[in-house]
Amino acid sequence: MAPVSQVQQRSARSRQLANGMVLVGEPADTFQSAAISLLVPSGYSREPADRLGLSSLVCDMVLRGAGSRDSRALVNALEILGVERGESVGASQTSFSAATLASNLKETLSIYADLVQRPHLPKDQLDAGKLVCLQEIRGAEDEPSQRLMARLRHRAYPEPWGRASHGSEEGVSDSSEADVQDYWSRTYQPRGSILAVAGNFDWDEIVEHVEALFGDWKPLDTAAVSESVASRSSEHEPYDSNQCHIGIAFPSVPYRDPEYLRAWAVVGVLSGGMSSRLFAEVREKRGLCYTVSASLQTQRDRARVLCYAGTTADRAQETLDVTCGELLRLRDGVTSEELDRLKARIKSGLIMQQESTSARSSVIARDWYHLGRVRALEEVSRLIDEIRSEDINDFLKEHPPADFVFATLGPSALNIPENY
Amino acid sequence: MRFLSHTLDNGLEIVAECNEAAHSQGIGFFVRTGARDETDELAGVSHFLEHMVFKGTPRRSAEDVNREFDQLGAHYNAFTSEENTVYYASVLPECQEATVDLLADVMRPSLRADDFEMEKKVIIEEIQMYADQPPFGMDDHIKELHYGKHPLARSVLGTVQSITALTPDQMRAYFESRYCPSNLFVAAAGKVDFEALVDQVASRCGGWIDRPTSREIDKANSVSQFQWVPRESATQQYVLQLADAPASEDKDRYAAKLLATVFGDDSGSRLYWEIVDPGLAESASMGHYEYLGVGMFFSWLSCDPETAKANLERLSKLQEVAEKDGFTAKELQQAQSKVKARVVLGSERPRNRLFHVGGNWMQRREYRSVADDLAAIDEVSLDSLHKVLEKFPLSRHTTVTIGPMTDWPAEE
Repeated sequence: MAPVSQVQQRSARSRQLANGMVLVGEPADTFQSAAISLLVPSGYSREPADRLGLSSLVCDMVLRGAGSRDSRALVNALEILGVERGESVGASQTSFSAATLASNLKETLSIYADLVQRPHLPKDQLDAGKLVCLQEIRGAEDEPSQRLMARLRHRAYPEPWGRASHGSEEGVSDSSEADVQDYWSRTYQPRGSILAVAGNFDWDEIVEHVEALFGDWKPLDTAAVSESVASRSSEHEPYDSNQCHIGIAFPSVPYRDPEYLRAWAVVGVLSGGMSSRLFAEVREKRGLCYTVSASLQTQRDRARVLCYAGTTADRAQETLDVTCGELLRLRDGVTSEELDRLKARIKSGLIMQQESTSARSSVIARDWYHLGRVRALEEVSRLIDEIRSEDINDFLKEHPPADFVFATLGPSALNIPENY
Repeated sequence: MRFLSHTLDNGLEIVAECNEAAHSQGIGFFVRTGARDETDELAGVSHFLEHMVFKGTPRRSAEDVNREFDQLGAHYNAFTSEENTVYYASVLPECQEATVDLLADVMRPSLRADDFEMEKKVIIEEIQMYADQPPFGMDDHIKELHYGKHPLARSVLGTVQSITALTPDQMRAYFESRYCPSNLFVAAAGKVDFEALVDQVASRCGGWIDRPTSREIDKANSVSQFQWVPRESATQQYVLQLADAPASEDKDRYAAKLLATVFGDDSGSRLYWEIVDPGLAESASMGHYEYLGVGMFFSWLSCDPETAKANLERLSKLQEVAEKDGFTAKELQQAQSKVKARVVLGSERPRNRLFHVGGNWMQRREYRSVADDLAAIDEVSLDSLHKVLEKFPLSRHTTVTIGPMTDWPAEE
């Protein structure tokens, strides 16, 4: 039997402040918690080419004291409020996420308002901040799959869109106090910032609070990011490991493209659930891998499907060939049974998403960034229902998986298939 | 929120936390078996068996199992630890019966020889994958050093050798001896129809024949050791440290959790301010892990090789200071608010509640509501933290370090 439950009706609200910042919210009183997602337009695509990693460094530095609190007081205040927090740097934004008890939401927002508008960026802690960023870069070197996927993204996107989010050792080491101050003042600004709130809260009360906290933030003009051809790193990186790690990328359509859901469904048929094609063909039938997967990574104006497989060296060539074969087989289309299974998974996933305020706050922030509006889950659910396998196959005819970019890492190089 | 339980005639228990307000449900089979129940010959069989469970039954092929789970829109998986093996699915309420039917069926797998040989390759890939990642097998190794021959020192994955040598008959015998109705139970949380659940489980599992099972739960006799393992190809130096701590039946376990939060949480703890905030290490943290008869304070440090020795000294110094001067009321209070918020935030998803309900039943055959946990956290006093520290000194530990360091300077 397939799931028939429907998503609960919830409506999202939005409010644009005079300075350009957007507040979006999805109140639901069944929760004890509330979560926020604050996106500021400070992404790695804006970093000067000789200061890669500056976004991560600034993100670390803003947490080292802001407003009336020094570094220790700031972290302690968040802890006492029971805030579960996380920060990450993407191509176009730095995102701050925080979930807490609903009763602590307003106080939490006040701290984040300080953090983005009034950070101390203390110069006596710059070295510590740089060390934290350098340690992260070095730590990622020891995770073979992470290391491979960073190289794959670099090879698959035009510059600056395929950069590593944590930057480079040189970029971080060379960043000065002035660089940090300057980059913060240029990229932490209301125009392009999105604050999303989900959970148990009163919309009018939060609008008023956010107006008071962020209303005076001064907007700035920003220049467009210019693209160039990346100097491509080599396909294979020799690495002393038991397994060989294989990455394959190809272009797809971004989130705001009307065909996005079809592209997403294609990747679902490839790699959603244990009956999906990659799992069935590479792992279940041949036992080639423990991990094999594909995902659709979307930026605002471009997207790539990124595939990964890790396998012992002597079976790596077969793994690569079978995986490529599955990507090419997509050109022959998908079946309605595959699509029905996928829809069942997606729909129950949407309903479960409603059980998490953190998940909802990040989704509605993402919606606003890509679409300029929030899609209610009811609408997404209806759009999913409407997809037919013929639509997907039409999409695959127009956008057959092609222009593959490869990256491998391991003890020996593989034969990369040509003419894709 | 209501807790309900029922026991079938063959000993199989069904426990559930029913929440009408939830949109989904989590449901799982919890089996009291894991690495600690293995012998040298069978090393890794529990985990290998967990994979084989998805490989089909007399009624279903492996493809059927995967396809049917996906048709239900289930978000499902399984995991094996030192002492339990758990199979679970998050589904919408209307899929309850179909999910029970599928989960109950796979709990009686065919264990076919050709599937066994195919899946063996996947298991070996999994072992190789972890061997390439930090801490490069040292998480297993440190338990062997600390606990010697105690069953909890066994590796969940086993080794390439033990897995290669394993036969389908050995696995079948292990399965027969461990997957008995009284050695596993069904747990559920979220929007669950409990009456129906009892009937659904009874009609599928009521005929399973029970047999006695046993498990060695001796206390561990740990030793304190230091070992340095060179690994040239690594970039960072990793330091692991294991110390004894309250076990899962110990009522001090809440105090132990708060002690670990104050001392070694990944944010705002003593370790954080001393080592992470100044950028001296990529990470430095300590957590509390509980098993039957054995508890662990597990510390983890990863940093530049040049700073590893100094960081380990900082860690030791913090341990000394804590043991000598204790903690402050303010630190405890901060940890309590943080941990309580985590409990509440975590409780909003039925899947999280499933692991909680199942975990408590697994370890103590008890039900604890969110309110029970919040009260238990509030009840912890500074004095009880200090008593834990006295009984389980952090400074008495086994340490293993691995990384590119070509030399580990001796103590002065």
